[in-house]
Amino acid sequence: MMLDTYDFYDKMERNNIMLSFKGDITSELLTCILQIMESKLDNLQEEPKIKKKVYNVLVECLQNLYHHMDEVAPEQNDVLRSAIFMIGKLDNQYNIVTGNCIKKEKVEALKKRLEDINLLSKEELKEYYKAVLNNGEMSFKGGGGLGMIDIARKTGEKLNFNFSPVDDKFSFFSLNIKISQ
Amino acid sequence: MEKISIEGTPKTPTINFDIAKGFLEIKGRSIPENSIEFYKPLVDWLEKYAANPQSATNVNIQLEYFNTSSSKCILDVFKKLEAINKGGSAVVINWHYEEDDEDMLEAGEDYQAIINVPFKMVQVAE
Repeated sequence: MMLDTYDFYDKMERNNIMLSFKGDITSELLTCILQIMESKLDNLQEEPKIKKKVYNVLVECLQNLYHHMDEVAPEQNDVLRSAIFMIGKLDNQYNIVTGNCIKKEKVEALKKRLEDINLLSKEELKEYYKAVLNNGEMSFKGGGGLGMIDIARKTGEKLNFNFSPVDDKFSFFSLNIKISQ
Repeated sequence: MEKISIEGTPKTPTINFDIAKGFLEIKGRSIPENSIEFYKPLVDWLEKYAANPQSATNVNIQLEYFNTSSSKCILDVFKKLEAINKGGSAVVINWHYEEDDEDMLEAGEDYQAIINVPFKMVQVAE
């Protein structure tokens, strides 16, 4: 197989991708990505308000990927531990894209959860966040189910997601988050 | 254990706990992947402090960023403080937020609504 490098470059250029990564998501990698993105946001001289929002949402998106890696394939080191992440800025809007494999039997529950979050108003999201914070059980990994609610709350946008079939066991879950100025 | 200090890292906050003065400070960033591990010692110290607290306990929270994984652990810390407050030490939580950081102010208000301890919202310059 030959990759068309220019085609890749052109697509990334047109979407103004600032950083992208595909592979296993480790704690060290997240530290690096966050450092790089922080200096990029500083170089763009973003308002502190925007910078903080982008950084916060980025942390939640990346840590979602990190926690799901272990859920899908705790010890294997194969394609299932691979995820994709991209962040770009077009027309004053930041776009964060993530994608990872999830078990087919988990699709319906996740889809329902995201659809439920998308039905909530700003005020309802605030109440839901507080309810989950106060009563929700903490998962062993420390996820706790607040991530998606927090992303919806901070961006003020609907969660834009998609599931693509992979094989008889897995689906590919992609999430596209917009942060407007 | 008169004074306890944990130095901050890019993903975890600085913690200072001066038991003799009844002063606890958490500042910096709290974005570790596994927050339970990080916050457990602090929750344990507060548990011990609760047995014999000062007449007043002042708490400064000055976070630049925190993730949702930390938010549950911070709630656990506040629940310990709630018990200390009930047990006779007057607790005040000073929640700091930067001037235009509405998300951080709102986060403080969320805790204020859940925890039965006086909160002071303190605005700081960027």
